[in-house]
Amino acid sequence: MGEVLRHAWVIARKDLLLEFRSRTAFVSATVFAALVLTVFEFGRDPTAVNTNDLAPSILWVTFTFAGMLALNRAFQLELENQALDALLVAPISRTSLYWAKLVANCIFVGVVEAIGLPLFVLFFDVPVGPILLPLLGVIALATIGFIAVGTLFSAMVSRTRFAELMLPVLLLPFMVPPLIGAVQVTAQLLAGRPLSEAEGWLRLLAAYDVAFLTLATLLFPTTVNE
Amino acid sequence: MLSAENLRHSFGSVRALDGISFSLPEGRTLALFGPNGAGKTTLLKVLAGLIKPEVGRAEVSGGRRAVGWIGHQSSLYGHLTVRENLLFWAQLYDLPASRSGPRVTELLERLGIAERADTPVRVLSRGQMQRITIARALVHDPQVLLLDEPFTGLDLAAAGEFRRLLGELASQGRSVVLATHNVDEGVELATDIAFQLRGRFVHFAPRAARGSAEIAEEYKRAVGNGGGGGG
Repeated sequence: MGEVLRHAWVIARKDLLLEFRSRTAFVSATVFAALVLTVFEFGRDPTAVNTNDLAPSILWVTFTFAGMLALNRAFQLELENQALDALLVAPISRTSLYWAKLVANCIFVGVVEAIGLPLFVLFFDVPVGPILLPLLGVIALATIGFIAVGTLFSAMVSRTRFAELMLPVLLLPFMVPPLIGAVQVTAQLLAGRPLSEAEGWLRLLAAYDVAFLTLATLLFPTTVNE
Repeated sequence: MLSAENLRHSFGSVRALDGISFSLPEGRTLALFGPNGAGKTTLLKVLAGLIKPEVGRAEVSGGRRAVGWIGHQSSLYGHLTVRENLLFWAQLYDLPASRSGPRVTELLERLGIAERADTPVRVLSRGQMQRITIARALVHDPQVLLLDEPFTGLDLAAAGEFRRLLGELASQGRSVVLATHNVDEGVELATDIAFQLRGRFVHFAPRAARGSAEIAEEYKRAVGNGGGGGG
């Protein structure tokens, strides 16, 4: 297990360094998040619908689509000079590769979310200060589940034509449970309700994470074998 | 040592491997010639464990850790420097930091590209990138080398140095399988010669004292017009 995690960290660190140097996906994802928030800000009628009713959906739509841009890049890095072939020849477990991409994606999407959240607060004037800690917890729970499935699908579609189209088409149905859960918990938090009232949704998010982390870890090796 | 037993594999209706069996003891170099689409790359990928054959099995003593692989592309990351790329691959092969640094320097000097160690790979020329690809494949000191067109892009000096390096590695007991279009390049290094056509070996024999002209003639006879003079 130690070797699997060590190899995973070596690959994840390389992915983050590549992104830090190129900044291609990071710029795309953050600009995209800012644009979505801007469109929602100017596209809504604040006199018709209460901001707090709309805000959770807007936040999660933004995070979901910005996250997909990040997921698309995960395996494209390995296809550029067919680095994936050399990775698969190297004496590393396929599980290492999955966890590497998972960790790098989580950090990457986490950074995009860390920029997106203040923009969201700025645009919609939502008071997240008192609920910041539980809100960050919900974001982390939902993001891990989303990335767990998304990393698996990203590997599956990366060598197909229309990979960028295929990923959302495949992923969105699987996103429904965590997305509903995250929106519900966020709505309860913004409404000033105690977190205990959202316990059922939190359990759903946690169960989703455990189930899909396990399933994706088990299924991943079959997706990268030619 | 590596061996293949009755390998069969198809891509749709195209049969890439059709019952290939051979073994290559330590210290031997097999030059594999064949026209485009003969299945050379598929054979190398099966030997490297990248493709699981539909039938048969391939075995490399020492497993994946023992394999050095060069494919059609570099498997390098453009935004990392030459040294960062090689250290990354060294880490995946569990080379300790105390060994990987000197090993990378040694390979870069040997391949005549040490002055480019801190240059991002994306700005290198095709030939320079191929030298780094060779260093990448050798960084963990593999026992078996699987090389698909490794001379592509190399200038005469670099190709000569690489040939000398391969010769040394073979004399130290490494097994080498070298798929190449260029009969001259392959023959000089080879202890064994194979011609592959439509997924089969139509010729597999020790090189003995045959020269490149003789082998090129045999190749043309064996693969016919599809051979295209050594492709």
